[in-house]
This record gives sequence, C-alpha cells and structure tokens, in this order.
Amino acid sequence: MLDNISILFQAPIFAVDLLIQGLLIGGIFVLAAYGLALVWGVMNVKNLAQGELVILGGYLAYQATLWGIHPIVALPVAFVLMFCFGWVIYLVIIKRVVDRDMFTSLLATFGLSLLIQQSLNLVFGPEVRIAEAGFGTLILGDLAIPVIRIVSLGLAAVLAVGIILFMRNSRMGQAIRATAQDPRAARVLGINTDRVYAFTYALNAAICGSAGVLVAMIWNIQPYYGLVHSIRSFIIVTAAGLGNLPGVIIAGFGLGVWENYAGFVFGAEFAIAAVVALLVGVLMVRLFQLYRVRQVVR
Amino acid sequence: MSARSLDLKIYAFLIAVGIIGPLLVPSITSQMAVMWLMVLMAVTWDMTGGQMGYNSLGNITFFGLGMYASAVVQIGLVYDVMEYTASFGAIKVDFTVSQYWTGLVLGIGAGGAVATVFALVVGPFMLGLRGPYFAIGTLGLAVAVAELISGWRYVGGGSGISMPIFPGEAGTGSIVFYVMFFVLAIVCHMVIRAVYRTRFGLAINAIRDDEDKAEAMGIHTTRYKVMAWAISAFFMGMAGAIFGNMSGFIEPLEVAFPTATFGIFMVAMALLGGKGTLWGPVLGAILFHIVKEVTWTELLGWQWVALGAIIILNIVYFQQGILGWAQDRWPALFGVTVDEKMSRTGQAEAAE
Repeated sequence: MLDNISILFQAPIFAVDLLIQGLLIGGIFVLAAYGLALVWGVMNVKNLAQGELVILGGYLAYQATLWGIHPIVALPVAFVLMFCFGWVIYLVIIKRVVDRDMFTSLLATFGLSLLIQQSLNLVFGPEVRIAEAGFGTLILGDLAIPVIRIVSLGLAAVLAVGIILFMRNSRMGQAIRATAQDPRAARVLGINTDRVYAFTYALNAAICGSAGVLVAMIWNIQPYYGLVHSIRSFIIVTAAGLGNLPGVIIAGFGLGVWENYAGFVFGAEFAIAAVVALLVGVLMVRLFQLYRVRQVVR
Repeated sequence: MSARSLDLKIYAFLIAVGIIGPLLVPSITSQMAVMWLMVLMAVTWDMTGGQMGYNSLGNITFFGLGMYASAVVQIGLVYDVMEYTASFGAIKVDFTVSQYWTGLVLGIGAGGAVATVFALVVGPFMLGLRGPYFAIGTLGLAVAVAELISGWRYVGGGSGISMPIFPGEAGTGSIVFYVMFFVLAIVCHMVIRAVYRTRFGLAINAIRDDEDKAEAMGIHTTRYKVMAWAISAFFMGMAGAIFGNMSGFIEPLEVAFPTATFGIFMVAMALLGGKGTLWGPVLGAILFHIVKEVTWTELLGWQWVALGAIIILNIVYFQQGILGWAQDRWPALFGVTVDEKMSRTGQAEAAE
C-alpha cells in the first residue's frame, strides 16, 4: 500500500492520469445521483433499484452493438425505452408505496432490483460485457486518454444541461418542482400530482438508462454490478444533500476520483470495499453533524 | 385461552415437529436444519426490525462474522491459519475427535462473541442513523465487510476456507448440526420472548412508536438499541458458526455474507408472517422455507426473479403479513382490545 503511494509521488504523471480518469467516470455518477435526488426529493422514494436501471440501460446498448448499431446512436433510443419502462414500474409498484412509510419504498425497490438483476442474469448471462464503441486513444504527452471517455463526458454534460433546462423552463418541470415543495398545495392549484410522480420516476429511469449506456461504452456491465451503482448514488446524494445540484456534481466527480485513487492505492480487490466504506463514512459524518445540531438545541 | 398457555402449546408443537420430522423422514434432515436457521434469522431480525422499528438490511454481517470467527478458531487450534488458507485446501489437517469437538464448541462460542462485540462496537454509530439511512447504512456495512474479508488473505480471501471434516460416520454430521440449529432456534425464540415481557421489551416498543418521546421520557434509547442489536448479533453469530461447519466450505460472497439471499430472506420472512408479532416471523419462516423448497427446483433459474416478485407483492399489497392481518381481523384472539369509537375516528382520519 505504501509502495503504491510512493509510486504516485515518484511518477506524478501517473497521479494526474488517475485524476483525469476519475473525473471522466465521475460524470456518469453525477447523472444517476441526480436521478436519485430527483425521485427522493419529489416523491420521497428511496430508489434502491437505481443501479439496476443503470445496468439495464447498459444492456440495451450492448444489445444494440450486437445488432450492429453504434451505442451512441442507441443512447436516445435507450432514453425513450427506459422512460416508458419507468412509467410502467411507477404504475405497478411505486404508485402504491409513495405515501407509505420510508422503509416500504426502500424494500419494494430492493425487490425490484432483485427482479431486474436476476432477469438480466437469465437473459444475458453472468459474463462481464462491454458495448464496443470504437474510437482511439488520445495521446497528450505522457498521458493516454481513451477518446470515448471524453465523448461520454460530453454526452453526460449535454444530457445534464438538457434536464436542468427542462426542469427550469418547461411546464412539467415547474410542476415537478412545485410538487417537491408542497404536494398538497400543488394539488390544490390543479397540478395532477399522480402524473407528476409518474413523470418524475420515468425521467429518473431514462436518466439512469442513458448513464448506463455510457457505463457500457467506457467501462463494463454485469448483472450484479447494479448494487454498487445504487450505493454510489446514495453516497453522492447523502453527501451533497437533496436539491443541491452543485453539491451533487462536485460529490459525483469527487467519488470518481476517490474510487480511482483508492483502487490503485489499496489494490483492485478493495475497490468496491473502498466505495462502500465511503458510504458508511458519509453516513457517520452526517450523524455527527446531527449530534452537533442537537447540542446547540440543548 | 391465555396467551401464555397458547405460547406453551405452540412451543410443544414446534418441538414435537422438530423431533418427529427427521425421525419420520430422515432425508429432509438438512433441509429442516436450514428451516430452523431461517426461523432464527427471521426472529432475530424482527427484534430490531419489527419490535424496535430499525429495519436492518445488514444483519447478515453477524452471520458471516460468526462463521469466519469459528473457522479461524477451529483451524487455529491445531494448525497455522495463514499456511492453511494459503494452500487453498491442499493441506488436509487430521483433527482427532476430541480436537474437533473442542474446536466446534469454542468456535460456536467465538462466533457468538465476535458478532456481539462487533454489534456493540458499530451499534452506537449505526443505530444513530434513522429510517432509510439505517437500512442503507447497514446494507453498506454488510457489503463492505464482505468485500474486506474477500480481500483479506489471512482468511483465504475470495477463495474461502475448507472447514474441518466431521469425524463421525457419514450422515451423523447432518443430524448433529440439525439438533444444534433446532435447539438454538427454540432457545433463541424463548430468550427473545422472555426479553419482550420485561421493561426492555416495553422500551424497544417505545422506541419504535416514537423515539424522541421515548428519549424525553428518560429511556436511554441508544443503550437499548445497541443491546437489542447485540442480542440479535449473538444468535446470528452462533448460527453462522454452525452453518459454516454444516456446509463444510466457507467463502465470503455466497456463503458467509449472502446479502441477496439469506440477507433479504430474513426480512421477507418476517414481513410475510407479520413483523412485530411474536409468532409471525416463525410462521413466515416456516411457510417461506416450505414454499421455497417445494417450488425452487421446478422454476429452473427463474426462482430469483420469483423471489423479487414475492418481495414486491408482499411489501406493496400485503404489508401487515399473515399474523398482522389476523390481528386486525380478530383482535380479541390476540388479547388486543380495540376501542370501537377510537378506531372509527382513527379510520376517518386515515381516510382523509
């Protein structure tokens, strides 16, 4: 472990490389986390199936490459398909847990995640898959950056900006924000909150699905990788807080960087442990902040 | 019929089933051992999940830690653990009968002790989290511990450890482990039932109903929460130690910390039977196990999909569980008095 740290100091170019790769991956984490923050903030549903929606999107891209379609072309298709899928999930499951207690939504979405994960395993098998996108590698001095990672970060940025503009300006976006602030008042003012909830969940599924297409292009997908994606989203949202978009972006990139450095310093076998341990760490920090608040009240 | 005599009758029935079952049909002994394990898991989960309102998704951590603690103790008694695990099962250690039994007893004790200590150490931190944060935090804890152990070479990492082989004749091993699970599950339920009847039970119910008020009334909520979790952990740790010996080979992700199987089964079973009731988890576990054993092999790979569907159906459409439903339907049978007037206004409020 110490050897690895000293390598980082002896070869700073290597450290820079890890940093850039981390930032490039972090963009995808931001997308999924933003979707979670949206669903959590608007309808108070903690969606544990977040990672499975990501992986499902990834498999759509993989299937597209099997048919000879380029994954970037598949991105808008995946967006639309996942939107419809999200709407159906809302009607069947989420609709019935929205106003129940918090653990209900958590466990129901955990069941959903099992369902998606195992169905994917049956359909595509347990092998690790990649949606091959082509592109070469960009050489900048000593740095070698796969072009596809830069392209995917650009696509993630375009998607994020599109969603933010949608939330700011469109009628539906305004209705979603109004419902998040006060569902009852929104209902009184004539907003069909049920439709807003359905739209929000469907939008979340679409965002996750698009993030999944990017994951499949620059990284790899496997039916059981979903849980770690869910945990990443929870880390980012918990660290940033709900409705704090700049916070989500910073935390997302930070997580990408942390993951890359931790994977290198502790070794690849501890990469997932480092992510999950960070979740526990973030929750603890949050807990101690609460303790401090309580002391002030006392 | 008072609640006490009903409880005694149910105990008598369960003990009778536990003794007669394997005698009549010896081939199902190991399946029945797993059934008692499931009962134990559901009951210990319900202690924090149902009675205290702290829905843990990570109680499986204690199971796995108990399993690993017993493995290290049992092997460490006669051999160097590091060398043993580094050989990936190539080294066969011959345990004498007395060595095996001392190791087994010490191992089970160590399993319970390590799990309890772990619960006491992380409890004050984890149990400070509330609601969904606790559920996600414990899930994260379970995954983190599993990943750390699978990266730890001393205990064999991802390739696992082969446990000592049972010294007796073939077939006697499964009976011995059956008896252990059976006794442990019944004792566990009796202990937990006794605990619920004391002030401790009232305190954890108060925490479930309104934690802030309970604290304001002078209940040391953290102390009670950690105690309850530690009791669950103690039994889960011992069960893990026995299960490790029964399966003969342990490995972090599938056997010791199976978050997606046993880890979620225990929640599903407690919810199926009715969480927060004394006998609900037992009923749920037995029903779930029977259905699972009968249908599992017929479903040809779709069983996990079916499991997800069962959990969703259970949570979304039938949340109160079998006994919870029965209690709503016939409250008098459960010794619950319902104030008709209050319940009517309560319903009116709920409908609003």
